[in-house]
Amino acid sequence: MENNFLLTYLIFIPLVGSLIILFVKNDKIPLIKNLGLFFSLVAFIISIVIYSQFDNHNSDFQFVHKFKWIEGINVFYFVGIDGISLLLILLTAFITPLTLISSWSNIEHKVKEFTFFMLLLETGMLGVFASLDLFLFYIFWEAMLIPMYFIIGIWGGKERIYAAIKFFLYTMLGSLLMLVAIIWLAVYAGKITGGFTTDFTELINIAPTIARDLQIWMFLAFALSFAIKVPLFPFHTWLPDAHVQAPTAGSVILAGVLLKMGTYGLLRFNLPLFPDATLIIAPYISVLAVIGIIYGALVAMVQTDMKKLVAYSSVSHLGFVVLGIFAITTESIQGAVIQMVNHGLSTGALFLLVGVVYERTHTREIADYGGIAKVVPFFSFALLFASLSSIGLPGLNGFVGEFLILLGSFKSGVLNSWWFTVFASSGVIFAAVYLLWMYQRVVFGELKNPKLEKLTDMNPREIFVMIPILIFIVWIGIYPSTFLNLSEKATKKVIYQVNNPVNILNNQSK
Amino acid sequence: MFNNLQEFYSFLPMIIIAAGILVSVTVELFAKKSVVYLSWFSVLLFFVIGMFSLYNIESKSVILQNMVATGGYVNIFYALFNFTAMIVCLLSIEYLKKYDAPFGEYYILIQTSVLGMMLMAAAKDLFVIFLGLELMSVAFYVLAGINRKRGSAIEASLKYFLLGAFATGFIVYGIALIYGTAQTTSLDLIASKFIELSGNLLFISGVLLFLIGFSFKIAAFPFHMWVPDVYQGSPSTISALFSTGGKTAAFAAIIVSLFALFTSGASKIITPYLSVISVLSMFFGSIVALSQTNIKRMLAYSSISNAGYLIIGLAAGNTEGIAGVIFYLTAYTLMNLGAFGIVSIIESKEEKNLEISDYAGLSNNEPLLAGLLSIFMFSLAGIPPFAGFFGKYYIFMAAIKSEMTFLAILGVLSSVISVYFYLRIVVLMYFKKTDYNLEISKNNSGMLALFISVLLIIILGILPGSFLNIINSTL
Repeated sequence: MENNFLLTYLIFIPLVGSLIILFVKNDKIPLIKNLGLFFSLVAFIISIVIYSQFDNHNSDFQFVHKFKWIEGINVFYFVGIDGISLLLILLTAFITPLTLISSWSNIEHKVKEFTFFMLLLETGMLGVFASLDLFLFYIFWEAMLIPMYFIIGIWGGKERIYAAIKFFLYTMLGSLLMLVAIIWLAVYAGKITGGFTTDFTELINIAPTIARDLQIWMFLAFALSFAIKVPLFPFHTWLPDAHVQAPTAGSVILAGVLLKMGTYGLLRFNLPLFPDATLIIAPYISVLAVIGIIYGALVAMVQTDMKKLVAYSSVSHLGFVVLGIFAITTESIQGAVIQMVNHGLSTGALFLLVGVVYERTHTREIADYGGIAKVVPFFSFALLFASLSSIGLPGLNGFVGEFLILLGSFKSGVLNSWWFTVFASSGVIFAAVYLLWMYQRVVFGELKNPKLEKLTDMNPREIFVMIPILIFIVWIGIYPSTFLNLSEKATKKVIYQVNNPVNILNNQSK
Repeated sequence: MFNNLQEFYSFLPMIIIAAGILVSVTVELFAKKSVVYLSWFSVLLFFVIGMFSLYNIESKSVILQNMVATGGYVNIFYALFNFTAMIVCLLSIEYLKKYDAPFGEYYILIQTSVLGMMLMAAAKDLFVIFLGLELMSVAFYVLAGINRKRGSAIEASLKYFLLGAFATGFIVYGIALIYGTAQTTSLDLIASKFIELSGNLLFISGVLLFLIGFSFKIAAFPFHMWVPDVYQGSPSTISALFSTGGKTAAFAAIIVSLFALFTSGASKIITPYLSVISVLSMFFGSIVALSQTNIKRMLAYSSISNAGYLIIGLAAGNTEGIAGVIFYLTAYTLMNLGAFGIVSIIESKEEKNLEISDYAGLSNNEPLLAGLLSIFMFSLAGIPPFAGFFGKYYIFMAAIKSEMTFLAILGVLSSVISVYFYLRIVVLMYFKKTDYNLEISKNNSGMLALFISVLLIIILGILPGSFLNIINSTL
């Protein structure tokens, strides 16, 4: 197959940028910021080019670039994307420059290191979504921890050290067990076909032949790693700490992209590699997902800190995504994929907006606000928009994803019970409660806090960051087909793979 | 003595270093500023031998009446020892001034210990292993106490000597039992009789005693007691040498003496012993390291836990395991030299600045050192894309291939624990603010050593393929 270098350029442009920034002097802050923005914008432009050349009707991996990387263990540098990964890559390349612009003024010390780590992080995230060799995937998956760890630890809030270490250890525990499972799979492939391999496109034909009991163990080893990242209830406890302590840019990236790596991993690897185990475990994971939806919503409801509230709402929203994935119907998985993007946009916007007022008042307590609608009209408008999108108001993006997930899970033969849908739906109602209640307490009412009278509305830079997000929120809400079409083939392929596992032994005997 | 020129060539590294030692002794006798000359002479000597060994990797031969093997993986070990010693010498140049021990014999002793290590790796006979081991160890005992005026150094030296002698006792007793039952000390002959003798209790006891003796040397639990005290009390550069060169040499000795077993698959007999000490070492090292406040002691416990990972490779008992051990030893050597190197650069007179808390806020004053130390720590913690990760990956792969998945699982769990204490240093350097300023004197040769290490760690982490091919081609 012809190698296509576009993806490789996309992944490594931010890395090149970060290395160049390393050699710029510390005090040239404007130059550093501009360089960071420049490289992330170049990456964004490349992602648009990839989007424009992407073929909707092809269910194979596209933009494939493959060469032998480490001969001794038969590892390839192998990247390629289908519709699912394309959407997430677009999201990543879209969000990163926005976060860089949004932190233009609120990151004041160690700007060079900040920009360096943000670009490094972008390379890691793009690499995770594009890798088709499990070894390569693991390298990106782990390497990405380092920049995020520093971003939380250096620029975070008061409890940042605790949050950074917790984030690192949790993720590490899960992913190291996945590493053992990856090696085990490669060795298994070596026994079956005679060649040790971590190539995903080959493993997909080999892994489903693993005996059912072992398949369940493998499934769990992979799923634990992804579930911690999602985070699926009860593995979510690192998330509120990390979110609350991280700087705004960190929270936006964390909610916008990092969490999607977990759901992406489940969809990309767990389902097609271990189809038998998937069908057995799907109801159990869905139960956890539904618990997560309700639990996250209830806990969000009683939060007094805006950022924490948004953080817990993530637990709830990602519960929907996991439910969609494990309902294993076209609608539900399509909904899950689009919901990943939606959550990135709406929660990203919410974190940005919380960051906007926090930068001015240095408080995130809901009780400290109230009646700011007249003082900061554009902020109030944007916050309403983002909240409604997050709630799932018809016409905005959240509705599309949640509706498809609920529809799909209702029809699902794997789950085979409409109770999942019933309980999950309550999450939508709760979301309306906690978000609108927060909105009411922050924006409406009387202006009690005299400090808020001097609050300035969003400046042009902040508005500039917000507008593109709002555009996409409406776009997905009104005309989701643009995005759903991209992932349709890939989704159908995953479902086919789960229901018709390839049996390489039978194929060979024929 | 040599049948042809080829054999002479393959023995040349040892001849060069022996000649180097004689030259150094002469210089030390007559020159006034011997410590300056000898330091750079040693750097050059080790570099030349290291390169020469790598260059001659293909020419395998067994010489001196079946006593010494050369070429192949033996030469990889040669190169590893010499480059280790070279980096240690580079770090020592400024350090010895601070440490108040500007003695030329310091370098002569390092050369002697390297000769001992090379003999251990090249041995084809139990006696050669023993000879090399003693040559190395005696030099080490003296190096630990090179500054006679320091109580802690004398204590470390004495402790090392006593426990080292104890370990040697085990090894000699083991050799005696093996000789008594196998009637030979030639490793090849013992290997060929191994299966036949494996029912003989005396023989097996001999093998076990031999292994236990070396378990002391590689710092495996429960034979680790000397490690923290000796690493803490010795000069930092010498602790670097102990934890890298000394450990590598002991692993080399185990590999050469058991090599025939690994390739024939007869290694299952010693697998239970190796599995047990590997798991104990990993967990003991990682858990105890959590509570250390002195950075050298922390690195000592990390060294114990790393011995555990390396033993997994031996326990796997296949060629992948051996390749993994050699790769990880290389990676570990580089990471540890880097970590101890930074410790030696930051250490000030009178052994100050050795507490972990002294590293708080280092990124503000010394961003370069902080950055380098972070890379060494991430690599030790086994996080990609650094060499430490790939070494662990390969060792775990070997374990899973020989159906010892549980060792790999326990290994990763211990890794998670170890992440905490490696990252604690990163936390202090980057996340803590402090107004206390470390005074760090300029140290160009030391920085050169650090750059070499970090460069190799990144290269071996991202492109491990070619080095791995070299290792595999020699097995």
